[in-house]
Amino acid sequence: MIEVMFFFFAALAIGAAINVVVQKHVLYSALSLIVLLIAMSGLFILLQADFLAVINVIVYAGAIMVLFVFVIMLLNLPQDEDGADRLRWLKFLGVPMGLFLLFMILSTIWGARTVDGVEPRLVGSPEAIGRSLFTDFMLPFEVTSLLILIALMGAVVFAKKEL
Amino acid sequence: MIPLSWFLILSAVLFLIGVLGFFVKRNIIALLLSVEIMLNAVNLTFVAFSSRNGQISGQVFVFFVLVVAAAEAAVGLALVIAMFRNRETLNVDRSNLLKW
Repeated sequence: MIEVMFFFFAALAIGAAINVVVQKHVLYSALSLIVLLIAMSGLFILLQADFLAVINVIVYAGAIMVLFVFVIMLLNLPQDEDGADRLRWLKFLGVPMGLFLLFMILSTIWGARTVDGVEPRLVGSPEAIGRSLFTDFMLPFEVTSLLILIALMGAVVFAKKEL
Repeated sequence: MIPLSWFLILSAVLFLIGVLGFFVKRNIIALLLSVEIMLNAVNLTFVAFSSRNGQISGQVFVFFVLVVAAAEAAVGLALVIAMFRNRETLNVDRSNLLKW
């Protein structure tokens, strides 16, 4: 049963990801990426990372993708000029190079020793993540707030018409 | 129980799709979306290893990746707006002022 769910979510994720790349208009790409994120949340639940599954939907699909869709609609794009006049040959170079990268990654995975022997434990609870975040990862957590502040100011400065 | 390698292979395939999108697409927003696909593939690897090894650190890392993705999206989209205002296009081939 759980394997069936894995294959369902995996197929959904791969299909949505391919659709993101294939789609001509970026708005459809963005909407397809939301489907990918929801499939990701399903996979996280299969891995017993419940908290991250919920956070993925709320923060990623809820906030970040709304930002994308908002900007796409704000710019009111023309129906994708699909320029790429000069660099069309990149497609024929990029696909073999990408497949080569996939081959490298897969050969690494197959070459590695398996760790399936470990008995899975329930680690993904909000309490465990919060405890770890405020003890072991205290400094990165605080530095993150600085990063967000800088990103906030940077976004305002870049998007302003004149400084 | 699902073998760990299945998750790793799925993650590798998703990462590949993201890389291909980054190579092939010319629209700068599509490039940002491809980066998001790659980030998600890496997140899946983190969570898979974290849950199989019974260690929470991987999931905390995914948390930080989410934060960085949010910051990247905010700054990147602000840059997209600035670029569209100056050049009236989102095609990355058209912004070639620094190219010789």
